[in-house]
Amino acid sequence: MVPIAYYLVLAAILFAIGIAAFLIKRNVITIFMSIELMLNAVNLTFVAFSHMWHQVSGQIFVFFVMVVAAAEAAVGLAIIIALFRVRQTLDVDHINLMKD
Amino acid sequence: MSTNLLAILPELILTLTGIVIMLAEPLIAPGKSRKPLGWLAILGTAASGLAAFYQLQICNAHGTITAFYATIQVDAFSVFFHLLIAAIVLVTLLASLDYFEAGTVTHAGEYFALLCFGATGMMFMTSSVELLMVFIGLEISSISTYILAGFRKGRATASEAAIKYFLLGSFATAFFLYGIALCFGATGSTSIAAIAAGLTITSTPLLGWLAVAMVLIGLGFKVSAAPFHVWTPDVYQGAPSPVVGMMSTAPKAAAFAVLLRFLFSATPMYRSHWILMIEILAVASMTIGNLGALAQRDVKRLLAYSSIATAGYILVAFTASQQDAVAAACFYTAAYAAMNVGAFVVLTQLSGFDEKLRSIQDFTGLALKRPALSALLAFFLISLIGIPFTGGFFGKFYAFSAAVHSGHTWLAIVGLANSGVACFYYLRVLSALYSRPVTDTLSDTPTTPRRVTLPAALALTATAAATLCLGIIPNHLLHLVQRATPTTTVAATTTSPVPTLTPR
Repeated sequence: MVPIAYYLVLAAILFAIGIAAFLIKRNVITIFMSIELMLNAVNLTFVAFSHMWHQVSGQIFVFFVMVVAAAEAAVGLAIIIALFRVRQTLDVDHINLMKD
Repeated sequence: MSTNLLAILPELILTLTGIVIMLAEPLIAPGKSRKPLGWLAILGTAASGLAAFYQLQICNAHGTITAFYATIQVDAFSVFFHLLIAAIVLVTLLASLDYFEAGTVTHAGEYFALLCFGATGMMFMTSSVELLMVFIGLEISSISTYILAGFRKGRATASEAAIKYFLLGSFATAFFLYGIALCFGATGSTSIAAIAAGLTITSTPLLGWLAVAMVLIGLGFKVSAAPFHVWTPDVYQGAPSPVVGMMSTAPKAAAFAVLLRFLFSATPMYRSHWILMIEILAVASMTIGNLGALAQRDVKRLLAYSSIATAGYILVAFTASQQDAVAAACFYTAAYAAMNVGAFVVLTQLSGFDEKLRSIQDFTGLALKRPALSALLAFFLISLIGIPFTGGFFGKFYAFSAAVHSGHTWLAIVGLANSGVACFYYLRVLSALYSRPVTDTLSDTPTTPRRVTLPAALALTATAAATLCLGIIPNHLLHLVQRATPTTTVAATTTSPVPTLTPR
């Protein structure tokens, strides 16, 4: 059986990759994807701990995270479309009207 | 009425109001005024505030209400925040009733519904003692405010504000969630009482420590504490003024409530660890906020930096003992809500939907044109400085004295020095208001400025009266917040044998 710690380390690595991508990537959609990666890393952590404690509540939490992530994706993509209509670009380096 | 329904009565009323507004919106012919929906939202918010007040009476008589298998806990602490959030949303609704009339906005109905839904989420954050419910409340409130931030559709700055708020807000949520996951790993539960019990016997204190750090980072983003403040100035500059007034106070109040509950009720045994992080956040927020504000020319950006500094002042109160911290933080949150919402209501009235007046220069000599509104803005700015006889003074006073009582005198001194720095930038706006313009820049604005309508005048009166009352007779609110210390009901948790991280 695979030890719990392996899952936790994998989740932590995924989370770290998400953070790195969020900071490095320049396209809004890619940044959004890196956030989803972070959320899924959290889900993996929840499932692993849920197995460790023999409790189902962690897995229920995962369902709620997925539902909320879907709602967030709907709103996020709508905002991205609204942004693209106005600016014709999705490069975060060019989305800088408000520095004075 | 069953206990379950009673416990979520304010949230229930707000949700129903929001749904009714969404359903009624298509029934109103396009092009017609959406004001009736606004009045409906005002009615619903007021009813929800009354429901919260009713809960307070029941709490006084019978003690804490717990419902939904100890997920929701209604005590003086959560009722205080319910009332505060309802009041903020009510004033915001009053101020923005006529906000959309001048423009060519066709989607004003959604605005009123989103404010109701957002307030529901914030209320759930303050009344739930189960981190799952806190997370859902946080998301309901965040998603509503993401949309509200970009509400001036078709404007580049609005979309930019919305996308920045959305990306950084979701980023913060991921940290908050990871913190909850680690809490669950350390204790096997996501309920605050069970976490408190579990952390004392946990075999992996490192997980608990990491969990506290992650939750602090996540909520630090939400309250815009430095170094997690980068989104604040841009979002406040691009979002509509009435929305900024709401989102700089209500979601932050809710996030502070969660932070108070989590730190003092769930993880009191890590106090020596998290107090260091709170100190760093407080000093960084105060310093970066105030020094950043000095360099700003845009008034909304300036107020954004001042809200970062305010997050720092409130965090100073967190270093005290539980009772002092809760009282001081609640009081300052309320005082800040009164004066900051007031300031943004004035900005709404002055610059309207198009936001013609932006930089401090645009405000030069405004007292000649709009004497009453300028006087009110001056009053709110004086309160933000923290001059006696205003709510801002007592807010700072209680926060700093709470820190001194717990032996963090140096933190209070840093805070006082920062308040001195803050005088400069507030006074720059004040002196601009009351100085004669060099050139008559106001000539291009319409000769008859928009009249302040009755609802907006009501909102202005309410915020000004609240700011003044908190500065002259703070005792009433202080008595309420001193009783508000959240009670930790140590639930009889079915503690399963503590597993270890080693393979079986």
